[in-house]
Amino acid sequence: MSFALDLTFVWAAILALAVLFYVLLDGFDLGVGMLFGLAPDTPTRNLLMNAIAPVWDGNETWLVLGGIGLLAAFPLAFAIVIPAVQFPIALMLLALVFRGVAFEFRYRDRERKSFWDFGFCYGSLMATFAQGVVLGAYIQGFKVDGRRFAGTSLDCFTPFSMMTGAALVFGYGLLGACWLILKTEGEVQRQARRQARWCMVGVLGAIAIVSVWTPLADADIARRWFTWPNVAFFAPVPAVTAAIAVWQWRSLNDGSEAAPFLGTLGLFLMSYLGIAISLFPMVVPHRYDLWQAASSPSTQAFLLIGTVVLLPIILIYTAWSYWVFRGKVRGDLGYH
Amino acid sequence: MTLDPLLLSRLQFAWVIAWHILLPAFTVGLASYIALLEGLHFFTKQEIYFRIAGFWTRIFAVSFAMGVVSGIIMPFQFGTNWSRYADATANVLSPLLAYEGMMAFFLEATFLGVLLFGRGRVPRWMHLFAAMMVALGTLFSSFWILAANSWMQTPAGFAVVRGRFFPTDWAAIVFNPSAPYRLAHTVVGFYVTSGLVVLGVAAFLIRRRTHAAEGKAMLSTTLWLLLGLVPLQMVLGDMHGLNTRRYQPIKLAAIEARWTTMARAPLTLFAIPDETHQTNRAAIDVPLLGSLLLTHGPNGVVEGLEAAPRADRPPVAIVFFAFRIMVGAGVLMLVVVLWGNLLRRRGRVYESRLFLTACQFAAPLGFIAVIAGWTTTEVGRQPWTVYGLLRTAQSVSPSLTGPDVAATLAGYVLAYIVMFPAGILVMARIVRRGPVSQDADSPVQAGLPGEPILALGGRRGEAEGGS
Repeated sequence: MSFALDLTFVWAAILALAVLFYVLLDGFDLGVGMLFGLAPDTPTRNLLMNAIAPVWDGNETWLVLGGIGLLAAFPLAFAIVIPAVQFPIALMLLALVFRGVAFEFRYRDRERKSFWDFGFCYGSLMATFAQGVVLGAYIQGFKVDGRRFAGTSLDCFTPFSMMTGAALVFGYGLLGACWLILKTEGEVQRQARRQARWCMVGVLGAIAIVSVWTPLADADIARRWFTWPNVAFFAPVPAVTAAIAVWQWRSLNDGSEAAPFLGTLGLFLMSYLGIAISLFPMVVPHRYDLWQAASSPSTQAFLLIGTVVLLPIILIYTAWSYWVFRGKVRGDLGYH
Repeated sequence: MTLDPLLLSRLQFAWVIAWHILLPAFTVGLASYIALLEGLHFFTKQEIYFRIAGFWTRIFAVSFAMGVVSGIIMPFQFGTNWSRYADATANVLSPLLAYEGMMAFFLEATFLGVLLFGRGRVPRWMHLFAAMMVALGTLFSSFWILAANSWMQTPAGFAVVRGRFFPTDWAAIVFNPSAPYRLAHTVVGFYVTSGLVVLGVAAFLIRRRTHAAEGKAMLSTTLWLLLGLVPLQMVLGDMHGLNTRRYQPIKLAAIEARWTTMARAPLTLFAIPDETHQTNRAAIDVPLLGSLLLTHGPNGVVEGLEAAPRADRPPVAIVFFAFRIMVGAGVLMLVVVLWGNLLRRRGRVYESRLFLTACQFAAPLGFIAVIAGWTTTEVGRQPWTVYGLLRTAQSVSPSLTGPDVAATLAGYVLAYIVMFPAGILVMARIVRRGPVSQDADSPVQAGLPGEPILALGGRRGEAEGGS
């Protein structure tokens, strides 16, 4: 294996990490945004917003890194996939507009506060759903001609992608609810536990549906999972997922505060791993693998030099900012 | 009428970038100003700087949030609407965009959280540090995005293989011929834009007499800063113009509406460029001045549009007028700044109602100049996305139909005509309230909005007692 091929693998790993960070971090604040719509009163809504206000912006930045990272590491995939999902992407971006400005506007624009509350909740919901549609469309693959997407802009709306859209709503809802269990107390926390249980049912249902649907619909995926010796290697994936699910379900009922969030991270990680196993090494499913879609070795190297320095720094100060804002939101009411 | 996906994609890009650029135009300068105020407060311990910093931080938070959400839209445009451009240029341009994200966006976003919400949670010096990191982030961002933009104008350090660009020399790519000039001209332009807004708000506060002391402090510092920055910006603009003449002569010809190549060229102050007959109507020319300004000599040769085939020329009228609007705005700025400093020498700067009113009217001048300047340079780049190498028409996503783009464009138009007026309204409200001390009205500084505290009545005293 040559040096260039190694870099492609390194970039695939970095990009996978960036997307994972995005999903986990913005996932919980989009989830809190959706649950915001279910909050019973204004004080609770304010509290929910405060549980994510200092960190949402940094979380959303991983989306930019994911998008530009794809462009930088696998430009061919970017040029094929993004036009193919242009409607859900546009929907997501527009939803993020309303949701993002709501953080500032709802406190300042009191006459239209309910409008911005609405924008915050439904913006979070639409952005999440749209991301789920992108995921579903991506797993199903695209019509490709040479270096271009050859289908239409509506191809991405399929029963499967609708299902993954709904699944991600439950998934981010679960992340959000578990974040709230971590950050709140009292009635708000009890409410979050109830919501987490509902979301978890949805998430486990979605995992089951995807696990059955994708191998049935796609012979490659079936072969990947169910031929010997793969079946032995990959059997732990569903087993570990089930174990995490049981552990998390119990933690939702036994009063622990950090365990539900950790459990959700585990579930997401296992689902992510499952998708990666199904698709690897294709980056444009069914068509181009990582190496065919990779950017030039010079591009990979030039960007890697900075990335190995900057990414750890980013992680350090991101962790530091979470440390600064640690603890219960409610208990910290006076932090001015 | 059929919907042309190319034209609609161009309209969409113009729409989302034109609104987006207004926000960095404001926040780049404002971030540095806030860091300056935080520093003044840290070292002088004067409360007034603390209040002013808090006041501008509240405004910054609103405009920055708008900048973030409208900015996230931008890189995805390359994929949704300009996928062939993305495919062709990614090897060269994507690292510049990625470096912008990694050096700037995370720095800004994370430290803004600390700046807004961390006043009571981190030591004072750390808060100042956060302000400086936000300011540094905006400058990193400007550097990388303008390096990428400049490469599209004056590409360098690459090889073309089967229709795609490959990097050969990264230093030449990042520091391409127009990059230093564009960076300097744009960043100083952004600083001036923020400065004029501060000046206008200061004048408003002085005239209204509430918070006049804060207004005077803002006006005084800003007038000094602008006295340096506005003339500097004119010098940088001239240098940028000379650079354009060297590398993009056809763009310069469009700026000047110069149809034929000539020595001892006049300067056309005003005209209606007629592209079908390739001539100017109703032209007001000043003899020799064109050569003098553009070549710094009376006999200099100014290349005309005739040097390029028609298919390779930008739309002349847009570029011609946009440039004149930019220069006109610049001249007005200079007048305001010189006038203010003259009044200051006579000790009447805070009393002259006429001047203070002029400052208020001058507040949006920077934005006008930025949009006009941006239009000049970007429309002047047409019909290319990568100057002279990749046509705009060959950059658009092939799968898009007219109705596809019409639908997303309608979405972006709708979203922005809701968001931008709302944002301006929200900021105007903060300005009207003035630089009040932070505890009274400060969802942002307190880290938590007033309402949850009110809602939890019994805990309120406790919370305030802890401040």
